Amino acid sequence: MADKSSSNAYWKANIRTIQLFLVIWFVCSFGFGILLRPMLSGIGVGGTDLGFWFAQQGSILVFLVLIFAYVARMNRLDREHGVEE
Amino acid sequence: MDQFTLNLIVVGATFALYFGIAIWARAGSTAEFYAAGGGVHPIANGMATGADWMSAASFISMAGIIAFGGYDTSAYLMGWTGGYVLLAMLLAPYLRKFGKFTVPEFIGDRFYSGTARIIGVICLLIISITYVIGQMSGVGVAFSRFLEVSNDTGLYIGAAVVFAYAVLGGMKGITYTQVAQYVVLIIAYTIPAIFISLNLTGNPVPPLGLFSDATSSGEPLLTTLNGLLADLGFKSYTAQSDNTLNLFLFTMSLMIGTAGLPHVIVRFFTVPKVADARSSAGWALVFIALLYLTAPAVAAMARVNLIHTFFPNGPMNAALSQADTPQWVDNWVKTGLLKVDDLNGDGMIQYYNDGAAAQAKALADAKKSGDEAAIASAQAAFDTAAAAGTAKLAEKNPQAATWKGNELTVNNDIIVLANPEIAQLPGWVIALVAAGGLAAALSTAAGLLMAISSAVSHDLIKGQLNPGISEKGELLAARISMAVAIAVATWLGLNPPGFAAQTVALAFGVAAATIFPALMMGIFTKSINSQGAIWGMLAGLITTVGYIFLHKGWFFVASTASYSDSAPMLFGIKSTAFGTVGALINFAVAYVVSMSTKPTPETVQELVESIRIPKGAGTATHH
Repeated sequence: MADKSSSNAYWKANIRTIQLFLVIWFVCSFGFGILLRPMLSGIGVGGTDLGFWFAQQGSILVFLVLIFAYVARMNRLDREHGVEE
Repeated sequence: MDQFTLNLIVVGATFALYFGIAIWARAGSTAEFYAAGGGVHPIANGMATGADWMSAASFISMAGIIAFGGYDTSAYLMGWTGGYVLLAMLLAPYLRKFGKFTVPEFIGDRFYSGTARIIGVICLLIISITYVIGQMSGVGVAFSRFLEVSNDTGLYIGAAVVFAYAVLGGMKGITYTQVAQYVVLIIAYTIPAIFISLNLTGNPVPPLGLFSDATSSGEPLLTTLNGLLADLGFKSYTAQSDNTLNLFLFTMSLMIGTAGLPHVIVRFFTVPKVADARSSAGWALVFIALLYLTAPAVAAMARVNLIHTFFPNGPMNAALSQADTPQWVDNWVKTGLLKVDDLNGDGMIQYYNDGAAAQAKALADAKKSGDEAAIASAQAAFDTAAAAGTAKLAEKNPQAATWKGNELTVNNDIIVLANPEIAQLPGWVIALVAAGGLAAALSTAAGLLMAISSAVSHDLIKGQLNPGISEKGELLAARISMAVAIAVATWLGLNPPGFAAQTVALAFGVAAATIFPALMMGIFTKSINSQGAIWGMLAGLITTVGYIFLHKGWFFVASTASYSDSAPMLFGIKSTAFGTVGALINFAVAYVVSMSTKPTPETVQELVESIRIPKGAGTATHH
């Protein structure tokens, strides 16, 4: 078991990462795909607007990037804080 | 070789493969039965999760729902994929570290309460049993359509196959079979899509084809589609027609519901390490995204193809004559999924939006009841509505002046099932789609049955009724409860309750409002105590189920409904979107109750500390 202060620092760093990634997750799906779609209506993509692209395709691609970025970031944090298996 | 023989060979070969895996992957211990011994590679686990997750609904129905719903149905695409981001960051790694077999077990230990565990079991059973009904009836339908056996016989064959690999192999057998099923279903889904995309846009990658120019018009595909739809009075494909609040809450309910589905969560107990649980969620989404990026392309292209079929010279010219219908139309008319009704008696099939869909449905119901007066009044209502809608369309489409109502009804499921025939692909592709649909339904059914049987044998029998049961005894109990679960699911598939289609809303709503918040609070706060969790879950469960019943009828008896989803009770929130509200109620109640009762004990706080750190996970164990 890693010592207490190291575990706490690890958990805080994890929470900060999750917060940042959830903001991106929200903006690229609920934001661009739904709530902000009217604002993006001027930007055309293949016969429709950017919001439609995010709703049907872009959000899924962003989700993929987010998970693998989280995996890489956490693997590094695990090592830095000595909590990896 | 005729189509039937081809179907038989391809489906038979895939079934032989599943049987072979079942024999190879027999489970010898409870750890193997519940969690595949914790030794599944993250990529293989990702594939298995993909097959587990993608059900008959994803494979057969989703593209059709999008094809006829357009932009509003993006909620399914975002909701059913975005949940994996939540799983990877908020649930999977910590539950893997916890290192037990079931979701109720975590809830019981973290909230140090047998009552909490039982509530967890109840929620799990509601979610998994409602979900499995749809899979079993999907198996029956796929068999009867492609193999020309009766629905019931198809269901027995499907149940026997699941029985073989689930009862013998448990999670281990299920996992490796699902890897094979994933490969079958993704090939079956993408091959027709590639051909259709090439045909319509010249681009072999369907997701790129969706945003490319149509070769026929030289304009973007979606512009072409919107033009065709406008000429026929349908709503625009790319425009929003649902209200924004409902769209937002519906997408969120599907996302957190996905993250809270027990049969998906337990998949992350089968990997060797915490780091693998994170990457496994990523691989799962890679494999799921292959289908989910293809589906919207299939949807839009199939809609274009459908209109081209029935208006060979464009919507402004004469419709297709009944004498000239292609073979696939005749095939699907026989199954009842396509309905043709020559209302104006001109021998042609006019497919358009007469704005009288609701009246047409009422008329069909009246005809079923056989009451002459009711039929006459429903007919009059339909004629008036159809005439008004048609007159409006006739202002821009001169052809419409002679029309007397829409003459073609298309079932959502046609879009995927008939796709290879519409695109005139060879017979083996059609056989592959049959095998793919069966793989999707069987793999999800097996995952659900696994979740049900482990909740019964591990959480109820070992956890509550007989804690001293031996490993061998528990393994036997797990196998017996699996066999019973299959028998119950088969019975429900043979006698589907009339509400089968609506139960998906129930499963996602309950998962979103109970299991997801309970797990989140268990991991991310130490201050939520047993009373808080219990009252929170109960509040989420009761409000969500209550809201669904108010709209769909109590226990889905339609006549007892007080509201409908076209005029919902609160702020335009449909019953399908209420899970998000239920989750918020769960969080709020849990917080208030926890603040006014005794804080969590020291040992539980230490448990929470330990699951947050990957170190020292070991394989999943029974205690």
